[in-house]
Amino acid sequence: MTLSAPGPARNLPQYGALIAVLLANWLLFPDFFAIRLQDGRLFGSLIDVLNRGAPVALLAVGMTMVIATRGVDLSVGAVMAISGAIAATMTGAGWSLPAVLAASLAAGLLCGLWNGVLVAVLRIQPIIATLILMVAGRGIAQLVTEGQIVTFTSPALAFIGSGSFLTVPMPVVLTIVLLAVTALLVRATALGLMIEAVGINRLSSAGAGVNTPVVLVAVYVWCGLCAAVAGLIVTADIRGADANNAGLWLELDAILAVVVGGTSLLGGRFGLVLSVVGALIIQSMNTGILLSGFKPEFNLIVKAGVLLVVLLLQSPTLTLFLPRPRGARPIGTVKPPVAPTSGGAKP
Amino acid sequence: MSRKWVISAATAAAALMIGFSGLGAVQAADKKLVVGFSQIGSESGWRAAETKTAKAEADKRGIDLKISDAQQKQENQIKAVRSFVAQGVDAIFIAPVVATGWDSVLKEAKEAKIPVVLLDRQIETKDPSLYMTAVTSDTVHEGRVAGEWLAKQTGGKCAVVELQGTVGSSPAINRKKGFDEIVAKNPGMKIVRTQSGDFTRAKGKEVMESFIKAENGGKGICAVYAHNDDMAVGAIQAIKEAGLKPGKDILVVSIDGVPDIFKAMSEGEANATVELTPNMAGPAYDALIAFKKDGKAPPKWIQTESALFTPDTAKAEYERRKDAY
Repeated sequence: MTLSAPGPARNLPQYGALIAVLLANWLLFPDFFAIRLQDGRLFGSLIDVLNRGAPVALLAVGMTMVIATRGVDLSVGAVMAISGAIAATMTGAGWSLPAVLAASLAAGLLCGLWNGVLVAVLRIQPIIATLILMVAGRGIAQLVTEGQIVTFTSPALAFIGSGSFLTVPMPVVLTIVLLAVTALLVRATALGLMIEAVGINRLSSAGAGVNTPVVLVAVYVWCGLCAAVAGLIVTADIRGADANNAGLWLELDAILAVVVGGTSLLGGRFGLVLSVVGALIIQSMNTGILLSGFKPEFNLIVKAGVLLVVLLLQSPTLTLFLPRPRGARPIGTVKPPVAPTSGGAKP
Repeated sequence: MSRKWVISAATAAAALMIGFSGLGAVQAADKKLVVGFSQIGSESGWRAAETKTAKAEADKRGIDLKISDAQQKQENQIKAVRSFVAQGVDAIFIAPVVATGWDSVLKEAKEAKIPVVLLDRQIETKDPSLYMTAVTSDTVHEGRVAGEWLAKQTGGKCAVVELQGTVGSSPAINRKKGFDEIVAKNPGMKIVRTQSGDFTRAKGKEVMESFIKAENGGKGICAVYAHNDDMAVGAIQAIKEAGLKPGKDILVVSIDGVPDIFKAMSEGEANATVELTPNMAGPAYDALIAFKKDGKAPPKWIQTESALFTPDTAKAEYERRKDAY
């Protein structure tokens, strides 16, 4: 199978963690899975998880491709701010929706092209190359908005953030579409293989005939496009572009989502759907914390604790100690470390 | 070495010329005050409004205001203060970007006998004689004013959800403290949910969405108290998307007084805001003029008014503000 996982057990930590976090949310808040229709739109905490998780999931889709080439894109948060700033400012100036969308997405593509050229042609280390735009990009966004929160009233643009398609919120629809397109591009063609080849060894893959600069530029451009769509969503959601805060630190959440999804930062093998699952794990925790009524001081601690467990479950060293079902097809659940001598019967 | 000489000679000449021209001005228009203002930068709409208001208030009083933008860096502010001292201005205003590290440069100003006024933020120093006065808002009081309005409006019976500012930031701590004081006085008032919305619209909306679900679809919520207007604007959208009416089904009270909340109030979607006035320089000019006139030092702290605004004046206030921010 082209998903390149050795077996279904490989994905269990991610799906298991997502289900565990969702169940924990359900225990904290019994109505967690309750869904109803509100103004023709699905409404419920589970929908919130999908809806609020959409921007990071989008970033994670683009980021997965970049990380698979052994790179990283730190600029996605800033690109979100730029695309949002352009969208809100142009809408305020009276441009039509197609023009606004085209300009915002073009800005994302251009940012991706810039990163790609720095990495692929000028051979600057990705972390430094994209750091440039991470810092400068927010400044560009602030220049566009002149340091203000630029608000707009256009229902057409707002639809991207709070509208719905067949009762599904638009951010979720856009994420599914972009995920499907990306998966089709990389798995139905040889592109995915080339991306993995570049990530494993750039020189050898060049020697084997892969046009490595083109592959590298392409993944950064795609990442920029995903970030621009995410930027449009957050801007449309609050009906305003907040250049100081839009997408702030989301690059880290996106990298985290990819890593939680099991893609190695050392490049090579990648799993697109699992990265989105990673983003949903993060968002389920965020939403769960909000529903739980914990004090805000605990937010980051709870998050860090759960993530630590998920990452430990994937640790090659620790998984050696986990009980593994025998046989050719390991389908048993991977449980958190349990002492092998399972006695301890309660009175 | 020689280049340094040239530069310092040029600086001295420039300082002299500025000194002379300043002197000329003093003789021409009788005693036109020159004030140097080291502003933090332009990180928010409020900050931009503060700078704009400082200029307008200076014009009103015939004061010559020199503004230096520090771009969020203390080293730039220190440089600016030194340059103001070299220019021999009549007073220096500082909106300090951080609380510590001001002692040595303020000593230089003190030795040059130039009074220093702090705007909108305090500093930490062992020697309070280093500055003449500080003009700031009392953020605890802001929380109190918001709480008192809500207590009065609801007859002291209200289940409140609170959108806090960034965890650990001083306005978030103080605005919570002031509001909590009023809640403690009214047994019918209760904060049922409180979470951080990071002072942003996006987080304010996300947190409010969860609050509404957690409190029986919003039926259990009487009011939302947001530590700033931006979070309130986000919360208003969340309330609307849940099929409720902000301002009626759930009351909305917040702090800052930015134009967008006045717009929301004029549309009946918000109920009250406590203004953090951007006019910090006005009271500082008045204190300075009084000090220059009869040498009477102002109190160490000038508290700005935390005025409450409600929908009846919202439309006019919005028109008045939309260009200032």
